[in-house]
Amino acid sequence: MTDQHLITLTVNGADHELLVSARRTLVDAIRHDLRLTGTHVGCEHGVCGACTILVDGAPARACLMFAVQAEGRDIRTVESLGAPDDLSDLQTAFADNHGLQCGFCTPGFLMLAEGFLSENTSPSRDEIREAVSANLCRCTGYQTIVDAIEDCAARRCQSHGPAGDAAGGSCPGRTRPQHEPRPA
Amino acid sequence: MSSVTKSEHREPRFETDGTWVGASVRRREDPRLVSGRGQFVDDIALPGMAHAQFVRSTVAAGEVVDIDLTETRRTPGVLAAYTAADLDLGDITAILERPLSEFVPTDMPVLARDRVRFTGEPLAIVLAEDPYAAEDGVEAARVTYSASTAVVSDDQALAEGAPLVHDNAPKNTLLDVSMFATDGIEDVFASADCVVDVVARSARQNALPLETRGVVVSWEERDEQLLVRTCTQVPHQVRTVMARCLGRDERTVRVVVPDMGGGFGQKCVVGREEIAAGAAAIRLGRPVKWIEDRRDALSAAFLAREQRYEARAAFDSEGRILALDADIVCDMGAYSCFPFSAGIEPLMASAEMPGVYRVPAYRVRGRAITTNKAPSAPYRGVSRPQYVMVMERLFERAARELDLDPVEIRRRNVITEFPYTGVNMVTYDPGSYLEALNLCEELVRAEGWYEFQREAAAQGRTVGIGYCCFNERTGYGSDAFAKRKMMVVPGFDLSEIRMDTSGSVVVTSGTMNHGQSHETTLAQIVATQLGIDVAKVKVQQGDTDRITYGWGTFASRSVTIGGSAVSLAADRLGVKLRHIGAHLLDTEIDNVELHRGTVRHRDDHERAVPFTDIADAAYLRANRLPKDTEPGLTETASFDTPGDGTFANATHAVVVELHPGTGKVEILRYLCVEDCGIAIHPQVVEGQCRGGIAQGIAGALFESVTYDAQGEPSCASFIDYKVPTASEIPDVEIHHLETPCAFTESGAKGVGEGGTIGAPAAVLNAVNDALRPTGIELDQTPITPETVQRALETLDTLEPQT
Repeated sequence: MTDQHLITLTVNGADHELLVSARRTLVDAIRHDLRLTGTHVGCEHGVCGACTILVDGAPARACLMFAVQAEGRDIRTVESLGAPDDLSDLQTAFADNHGLQCGFCTPGFLMLAEGFLSENTSPSRDEIREAVSANLCRCTGYQTIVDAIEDCAARRCQSHGPAGDAAGGSCPGRTRPQHEPRPA
Repeated sequence: MSSVTKSEHREPRFETDGTWVGASVRRREDPRLVSGRGQFVDDIALPGMAHAQFVRSTVAAGEVVDIDLTETRRTPGVLAAYTAADLDLGDITAILERPLSEFVPTDMPVLARDRVRFTGEPLAIVLAEDPYAAEDGVEAARVTYSASTAVVSDDQALAEGAPLVHDNAPKNTLLDVSMFATDGIEDVFASADCVVDVVARSARQNALPLETRGVVVSWEERDEQLLVRTCTQVPHQVRTVMARCLGRDERTVRVVVPDMGGGFGQKCVVGREEIAAGAAAIRLGRPVKWIEDRRDALSAAFLAREQRYEARAAFDSEGRILALDADIVCDMGAYSCFPFSAGIEPLMASAEMPGVYRVPAYRVRGRAITTNKAPSAPYRGVSRPQYVMVMERLFERAARELDLDPVEIRRRNVITEFPYTGVNMVTYDPGSYLEALNLCEELVRAEGWYEFQREAAAQGRTVGIGYCCFNERTGYGSDAFAKRKMMVVPGFDLSEIRMDTSGSVVVTSGTMNHGQSHETTLAQIVATQLGIDVAKVKVQQGDTDRITYGWGTFASRSVTIGGSAVSLAADRLGVKLRHIGAHLLDTEIDNVELHRGTVRHRDDHERAVPFTDIADAAYLRANRLPKDTEPGLTETASFDTPGDGTFANATHAVVVELHPGTGKVEILRYLCVEDCGIAIHPQVVEGQCRGGIAQGIAGALFESVTYDAQGEPSCASFIDYKVPTASEIPDVEIHHLETPCAFTESGAKGVGEGGTIGAPAAVLNAVNDALRPTGIELDQTPITPETVQRALETLDTLEPQT
């Protein structure tokens, strides 16, 4: 209670001065001190991924970091993606593909996908599935989340070209799941 | 019954024919939810708000000798700590109107007083300046118990001389009902060509919404009201219980539900913690927030599904079922939940076990027993995942005995004539049981899975194909619930619709959205009915001051019952719009119709008056109204499903491969043919199916809440409670059949639970099909890798397959 620390958190490009106790988690600082409530808390032990944010561009569990550990790091939350009347391509893909139902886990999946797609611009469906298995969703059965990320990757590739090449060059079309029986 | 090509999502057709029903329109709730602008309970912050945590029992059974909160109250940041004695609250008691020999009501105190009955039971509420300090305060509490022997299994609970969890419940039995017993059933078994039996068990599960339970309560002086913002599926029922426990008039309690991160049934009963938080807010004189942490959610929240079946079935030589006999024991944990009571699982199972099959003779005993474990509440599917699994095991076993194809034996037994009144005295409305089964099998064959299975076997791989055929009652009205003899009878729903001067519409529903897309689908119904853009319709739910009354959302009732109430209210508003419109057009009401936001003359389309003009007359210039018409554009309607309600149906098929060495069950293919009548929003229907199937697979292969011999829960984190991820849940292909429902206004049947109901049986049957060469059959869920591995090891001792 007594060990207060004055820190500066850089969230979505803005600096915030905060006085926090050493044990205050980063997700509590983001949600309750900065009132950026889009990032959710699902388990507080790093399994469900509802609190996933980007720290220096990479997905991280905001419940497993203390606020004081985040000083000097570049933090991005779901609020940085787009507003209700101006959604980003990834957010739009989630809505188009019914990639959410209750929406509680969604910000975590969005930030996970945002980080993943910046690393892997033309992922296979299996790679997407493996990446999103970092987070839990209790509503969708995951399929439409994978659809949404695949859709977004394909759209980005079409508009920017694979890995920055000429537009549309060798973008994989959006691959619907293949259900052919495996070769015996 | 008509067939709809899979995934044929129709685009909004408003521009062509003004109808929104059947179109997968963009969900109204999505923009705010994908941008982090949703508002969940924990997002609410009030000035001066105190944070609550609970001192919870660390023993499963025993007397409470002393609760010492001295250190708790001295803990920095702690504002107060209250025990049951400090708050003096009424108990929560669920009652079935049955003789004491059948049902024993038990009181659930809001905070335990002199006795604890499960580990995690709340004993005291600690209020602090922040949640960290509240947890410090909880840690500083010293509770002295005189622990007694915990009852942790059904066998133990029912054993002679077992310790009693509740002194007034002999044999630890809260409900013991023999609902059906066909005369002469033993003779049928004695003379049958084939009798098969099964002893099946399903593990305790946690519905596990990603958002844990939580509440923010404040006393609003100006309204003379306790404002309870809570994540519940049943806001009006929370208000009733809160008011009763606090000894207040209901008008002084207002329950408001913000965005909700799932519920799956766990949030359709009244929790003790929200009542305690309300009492604490009044006592402390400050707003109080309680957010359940995941450890508490895993160990102390409402659970479900732990059931044991001893069942047998008699068949003739052609594979036709002659009789069914079942003894069902449901472990309901330490208390009856409100309002459904401990009867929720055994009564559902007893009444509906025959399912989609023509069962001529039926005997069933259903029991709810009490143990020293966290109490049970409904969970998506309620008992149907279990009894469907048992029925499907009985048919599979009979098929083996009689050397029949597993699909063929089902084909010979499914109900094909409707309406059909079963031996269980339930009347089914028309469905597509046989068509769904046939289509599902056709798809499996067309994709070549049977050849694949044969070829895989030749290579020494272990592949199985499993089916599950089922129906689910989705429109439980008051009549259907009254059969359970609940003292409070859910069923109807109320709706109010109002149009404002801008021509936009607010429609209320007593149902409660927590992921099922009500904001969109109910708006589609209204928009279609009134002939306006769906964007003009706002659906309002979850506020007991704004919604006259409602039974919330559970049992897939929202579109069937809630949607019908909404539809009827819209219909009435449409009549009023036509009445005023006809007057303004100087004609008779029969000469006008609603069309794209106007009332127009049927024969002369040029003569039309926009809704805004009608609303202008209704509110701003009432002098223009017809003489007999009241100002305003507000109408209400209610709906209740008659008789036994409506039944959706489906067939699932699964292909699995069992991996030697690890015992892993890999799902290679999942097919679902479902029939929920008219689909208001096909994409949402598929979302409900897929989500349900994922939870069903979770029950089949992964999830199990376990306790040690002392009643200590051994899975209080996600490390121990295995929730499947995207790596374990396969893509699911869904095909739709449409048998419109005759009862509901839209022709829709509910679709919320089907996936969860079908998946466990389908997966279990597929695994057993794969294990056929071993002679081993599994009848328990979850199917653990260890079990599969042990079974596979027996293959080594068998001759190689050719």
